[in-house]
Amino acid sequence: MSTSPTSTRSRREFLADAGILIVGFTLFPRGARAESLGQAVGQLTAPSADALDSWLVIGRDDAVTVYAGKVELGTGVSTALRQVVAEELDVAPSRIAWVQGDSRLTVDQGRTVGSGSVKRGGAQLRRAAAEARQALLEMASAKLNAPVAELEINDGVVSVTGDASRRLTFGALVGGGRFERSISGRAPLKAPSAYKTVGHPVPRVEIPAKVTGKHTYVHDVRLPGMVHGRVVRPPRADATLQSIDESSVAKLPGVIRVVRKGTFIGVVAEREEQAVRAAKALNAKWGALLLRATADLYARFKSLATTERVVGENGDAASALRSAPRPIRATYRWPFQLHASIGPSCAVADVRGNVATVYSSTQGAHQLVAPIAALLGMPSDSVRVVFTEGSGCYGHNGADDVAGDAALLSQAVGRPVRVQWSREDENAWEPEGPAMLFEMAGAVGADGKISAWTYDAWTPTHGARPTRDPTTLVAGALVAGFVSVGEFFSGGGERNARTTYVLPNERVTSHPVSSFPIRTSSLRGLGSPQNSFANESFMDELAAAAGVDPIQMRRRHLSDARALAVIDAVATRAGWTPRASAPDRAGEASNGVRKGRGFAYVQYDRTEAYVAAVVDVDVRPDTGTVRVRRVRVAHDCGLIVNPDGLRNQIEGNVVQAISRTLKEAVRFDSTRVTSVDWNGYPILRFSEIPDAIDIDLIDQPDQPSVGAGEAATSPIPAAIANAIFDATGARVRQVPFTPDRVREALRASKV
Amino acid sequence: MTAFGHDHISVETTATMPQPRTAVRIRVNGVDHDVSAEPDTPLLYVLRNELSLNGPKFGCGLGQCGACTVHVDGTPRRSCVTAVSAVAGKDVVTLEGLGAPDRPHPLQQAFIDEQAAQCGYCINGMIMRAAALLARTARPSRDDILSAMDANLCRCGTHMRIVRAIERAAAAGAAGPAGRER
Repeated sequence: MSTSPTSTRSRREFLADAGILIVGFTLFPRGARAESLGQAVGQLTAPSADALDSWLVIGRDDAVTVYAGKVELGTGVSTALRQVVAEELDVAPSRIAWVQGDSRLTVDQGRTVGSGSVKRGGAQLRRAAAEARQALLEMASAKLNAPVAELEINDGVVSVTGDASRRLTFGALVGGGRFERSISGRAPLKAPSAYKTVGHPVPRVEIPAKVTGKHTYVHDVRLPGMVHGRVVRPPRADATLQSIDESSVAKLPGVIRVVRKGTFIGVVAEREEQAVRAAKALNAKWGALLLRATADLYARFKSLATTERVVGENGDAASALRSAPRPIRATYRWPFQLHASIGPSCAVADVRGNVATVYSSTQGAHQLVAPIAALLGMPSDSVRVVFTEGSGCYGHNGADDVAGDAALLSQAVGRPVRVQWSREDENAWEPEGPAMLFEMAGAVGADGKISAWTYDAWTPTHGARPTRDPTTLVAGALVAGFVSVGEFFSGGGERNARTTYVLPNERVTSHPVSSFPIRTSSLRGLGSPQNSFANESFMDELAAAAGVDPIQMRRRHLSDARALAVIDAVATRAGWTPRASAPDRAGEASNGVRKGRGFAYVQYDRTEAYVAAVVDVDVRPDTGTVRVRRVRVAHDCGLIVNPDGLRNQIEGNVVQAISRTLKEAVRFDSTRVTSVDWNGYPILRFSEIPDAIDIDLIDQPDQPSVGAGEAATSPIPAAIANAIFDATGARVRQVPFTPDRVREALRASKV
Repeated sequence: MTAFGHDHISVETTATMPQPRTAVRIRVNGVDHDVSAEPDTPLLYVLRNELSLNGPKFGCGLGQCGACTVHVDGTPRRSCVTAVSAVAGKDVVTLEGLGAPDRPHPLQQAFIDEQAAQCGYCINGMIMRAAALLARTARPSRDDILSAMDANLCRCGTHMRIVRAIERAAAAGAAGPAGRER
């Protein structure tokens, strides 16, 4: 934290020029640039997406500052989006400063979710940069007395082609001023063949600061006079408070206040360790409620789902199934899982008088304004949310909730309050990735093609973002004594429910569990990894039953050239040997290890990235342990913006997917989540990573960029299951594939 | 409102009593600091909140994830479960003590070269632990690296790059740990 005067690079109209608080974000190679600005911002709502000045400011010193609604969640989008802007504007990416996710300063580009930052956010920024380029060319044309067609731009300098002496920098053209121009959408866009920055592996701008401790995470925000808050949590949000003895902590050193609103109980103390101690010491008795739902979770899903929705249908699957001589049926299960960010959620709130500023690693700064305002009983235009990067989020973790905690506590004590969730807070209170139950049935006809395919799945909501109803935040739920499900996203659980295979008789039906006593929301990929686990495992089961090579079986039902290209690329890379995949695993294991190889293919969300994967595993039948040795991925997400950033994302997806598949499940007892530390919720360790992840990127310069933040997760769980089947003849149908489950599957396969 | 059960169970929290604050002299990145803290205050909070050293991160407070790792007399330690009183008179080095963006330690440079971070929250612990490894074992095998790093958790799945960065630093002769310890 430091202060700085307003600079010419700032958005002059929007800012008071009094001393302005700066959250010192990232280092830029050429020194500090225009940064986010403090409480004295005149503007009360987000700037309009239609105005060019909302997106981009050019200073007299030629510095370019971009105001992006999409935010850096650790995936590298702040670098990729810089490349997109740099390309259209013809400046070096290092020249661009970045302000992101500020509900007052940046355009509302929607939440940073669903791998949409480059696809949707990038498209908006591209148009804005092209508009700015066109405006700058027109200004230079007038000043240099030369037609636009005879001008060229090189790294922020407009010159007359063939006469380098006639030149003007961006700063000289518009520096410190406004464009006063709307985004027409008609400014010419560069042809991909002319790209100089997009398509190249530009190093991520914030990594040097991240590896030297200089990057400002929300956990590192310190405001003058800031104190520390912790929330004393009941076993569950709907527990009743039987008694509380505030005197048990009143005399502890540093305690400023015990804050109580309904069953929301917080302590605020001068120092962090004092707040931690006071929260532990506060004597409270809760009447908890039995959490009956988890005893027979999947049966409970079926009993609670009262509606169904046909996601997709073709032909007559029911009668095709009835007339099939040997129909195959299989049930698959996926557990509740956590985002499990390494840094538990954290926020700093400064609520004084009728103004609130909240520093949060939320995925939607603009969208968090209304819930916070409702929680505080303030109008929305009194609340400002400033995105500050957190620990990788992978979806809707505790970031929004901890912001509510901090806001309530700050309002109570009239000082800036930082709330750092504990590991237990995060594991027990973040919205969980939903469990899913699948019942599949199908058959293969005499022609070796799939003649029938039915899918039925049961799952709670995969999207429950906070709304104007404050009980959609944990703090508001504790105040009220009940939880409300936030903004319901019905499509989430259905992502990739229907495959992209051309099937003559298919019926895909979802059974939403609309009310369930576990709070769930979006976890990376939403329903896609789970649906793809069921679909791609079942595809393998059908191939095996018919004695058809698994890749061949899939190819028979695909015609999209891009789908076939990723499948062929990964098969070639792996040296795939076609096989009749009927289980025949009588051979002796070598050194107690059986080796197997599995395949899976998914087109993410049916219209986005194409991903095919081959996974090699070692299975130890005696212990049931599974080790993923090697993963090969072929990936087509259209035009590639940053190939190295893309590889980083794919590697991350693969490793996280192995972890989710082999190890992860939330555990409960009769009242609460019990997997509240890393022993209870283990994730993949270094000793368990693959020997190699080989990635083939298929660039499509003439196709739009689609997302890559989630896609490569989806085929991995089924590819592992299919590899275990190849190694042992045993089919594991329930995630996680723990040694117990694998041994159980091995026993079942021998019956 | 969701459908909850009805049976009540009583849950009670437990209390611990504080000790008085005392002055503790600690040496961090080569500089002596006198801090006033209860002796059992986690070193992590002192480094972050008193000395504004943001390299070490709070991850679990349980010594399970490694995000808070620092060196104490050259040995990697979990600062979230290390009492400040336990490091009095000892040499503490944090990520900031290894290097800065304009003069990174060879291991930090290797992490930049390999682009070995996504969110980067765990990276403090990764670099501090790897620095201690390279100080002990100049040319570790891949198994040495996996074994040394096994105690540290990463959620983004950056493991492959982290291993490559450590191998790169080792190949470049980055042994000799750490900034001012060197």
